Amino acid sequence: MKTVFQTITWFLLLSAWTGTAGAYDYPIKDPYAATIIGTPEEFRPELPEKIDYDLLSVKVFPDRTPPDVFWYHRDFRYSLSYQKGEAPLIFVIAGTGANFYSTNMIFFQKIFYQAGFHVVCLSSPTAMNFIVTASESGVPGDTVDDARDLYRVMGAIWEQVRTRIKVSGFYLTGYSLGATQSAFVAKLDEEKRLFNFKKVCMINPAVSLYTSANILDGMVLRALPGGPDTFDAWFKEIFRKFSELYKIMGHQDLTHDFLYEAYRTLYRTDPPKQENMAGMIGTVFRLSAANMIFTSDVLTNFGLIKPKNLVLGSADSLTDYFIVSTRSSFVDYFEELFYPYFRSKRPGLTQAALIERLSLRSIEGYLRNSPKIILMGNADDLILTPEDLAYLREVFGNRAKIYPTGGHCGNMQYRANVLYLIDFFKN
Amino acid sequence: MKRSFNLMLLALFWLTAGCAAAPVQHEPIIPAKRPVSEYAKPGIPRTIDAYDPWEGMNRRIYNFNAIFDEYVFLPVVRAYEFVLPDIAQTGVSNFYKNLTEITNLTNSLLQFKIVKAVNTLGRIVINTTVGLGGLIDVAGTVDGIERENEDFGQTLGFYGLGPGPYLVLPILGPSSVRDTTGLVVDTVVYSLMMQELIVQLGMSDTQEQILNYSLSGLYAIDKRHTESFRYFMTGSPFEYDLIRKLFLLQREFLIDN
Repeated sequence: MKTVFQTITWFLLLSAWTGTAGAYDYPIKDPYAATIIGTPEEFRPELPEKIDYDLLSVKVFPDRTPPDVFWYHRDFRYSLSYQKGEAPLIFVIAGTGANFYSTNMIFFQKIFYQAGFHVVCLSSPTAMNFIVTASESGVPGDTVDDARDLYRVMGAIWEQVRTRIKVSGFYLTGYSLGATQSAFVAKLDEEKRLFNFKKVCMINPAVSLYTSANILDGMVLRALPGGPDTFDAWFKEIFRKFSELYKIMGHQDLTHDFLYEAYRTLYRTDPPKQENMAGMIGTVFRLSAANMIFTSDVLTNFGLIKPKNLVLGSADSLTDYFIVSTRSSFVDYFEELFYPYFRSKRPGLTQAALIERLSLRSIEGYLRNSPKIILMGNADDLILTPEDLAYLREVFGNRAKIYPTGGHCGNMQYRANVLYLIDFFKN
Repeated sequence: MKRSFNLMLLALFWLTAGCAAAPVQHEPIIPAKRPVSEYAKPGIPRTIDAYDPWEGMNRRIYNFNAIFDEYVFLPVVRAYEFVLPDIAQTGVSNFYKNLTEITNLTNSLLQFKIVKAVNTLGRIVINTTVGLGGLIDVAGTVDGIERENEDFGQTLGFYGLGPGPYLVLPILGPSSVRDTTGLVVDTVVYSLMMQELIVQLGMSDTQEQILNYSLSGLYAIDKRHTESFRYFMTGSPFEYDLIRKLFLLQREFLIDN
């Protein structure tokens, strides 16, 4: 009965969609604003307010105990929504630094569940819980190693849930960094054959992690012509503007739609400065990077930010380390921790070779010849260079769906995008 | 009740003492490649900083709260959510929101925010009558009168009192010395009102006491049920710092509005 109902719902939604096909009406044309605001509620598909899901955890390395200062990450955590009867299972991989519980992930969980899938949401290998409990090396960022870690986690999850749910086939998707990683996971699956993924969709992937991280690193500095020491003054100014805006708008709730309304009503007369929007995006990325760098540094006792061999307790202040971590860019991490770590494992490895390894270009042959993988991207994606975009179009050919607007992941929740995504996986 | 409170204090003491044990240091400490001294220059304001002289204690209580949440509070809330249908849960939330409007009302008046006071009074009247004793938020959904957010901590802030030291309260979470004072005052006002209301029911002393405890217990569950925050889910090793900053900014923002 439920399936009949779902089919009818999707049919109705699809017919509504084809009626407006042709024009792409994602409402925010500026890529920076799109990246920050995302998709306002009125442009998202109808979704249940909440769905049933289980917050589960699994011990990936039985012998591993977290350091005292990270005592709260004992197990790998994930979420599962499952259908009553037999259904396809989809794994969703989160973007940089995001965990399975983030707003975007809960959104994906809802749309796939509503479309009849069992859904497993996975934190990004760059997220703290993943690094502490499931990263073999404790040094995230290497796409091949990360894919192996992800595959191990997915296998452990499958072992845990296989008696509870009936699965008709496996599917895989991810956004941003999670999209890049899903390609590497799919490739690994061709050897290991545990899942035999039927279809894979990459949403707004980075082509080269190094290039994209560089772009994002630079964004925060664009807002700070006076250098990083002026961050506090800049932040206070943004906070003041925000407070002012709130007064003008007379709003109660600070949701995304508040920002959208501000954008819609004030953009023409008083557009936000692009460097300020870049600064906000860059700040969020810096924060994710800082979380990752410090976690990795503590876990490996590398001695980059925390003094080597110093054992931190669960109540020790970390504020000073926060300062250093947020002052460290992704490139700093690459040059001072990541690259030295990999060179110690493989003497002779050059920086250029490592950068190449972190790029989709290193698995180009596989991507070119795998009809089961598609790509959803945006022509104005902020983390792609024009060459990257041309490269994606060329490699994926008619398997690339490139939208004209949306910035980086801004249009992921837009109705037309969701319908395209579900349609790909269902038909 | 008193005994369980003592037990709780004991548990709190035990936990914080347990966490406080200094970690064992085995090997010589080598300075970091990126030392703090190089990045945190004196005189340069640091956005993350907050006045937190009792940080060690606060961090321990924060950890205690996370454990309490995981093993006591959230299991109770989950059982509550499992047993009660969604519509009843909303009713309970609305019921308490209506009762606690007294806090919004008194503090709007104390700050001479007349529009807010009138709105709040309107909400109380409509929701208590048409909204069946507060179970339905008619004022918000039909008349579009949104709930205000004022408390005595904000009132003190309005009259120029700074937050004072940051404070993490057991079970309740982030606060400051000013806002904790405010919370105590608001709670006293609320309790006095509740006592007056309960007396109207004409019950025996024991019955009154049972009702009082049940209402407080349910209030605690509802509060946790409506709060989506989960400890250690930000995915940041600096969660304590970030929450502290966000809390203080949010209070500043609320006082400003």
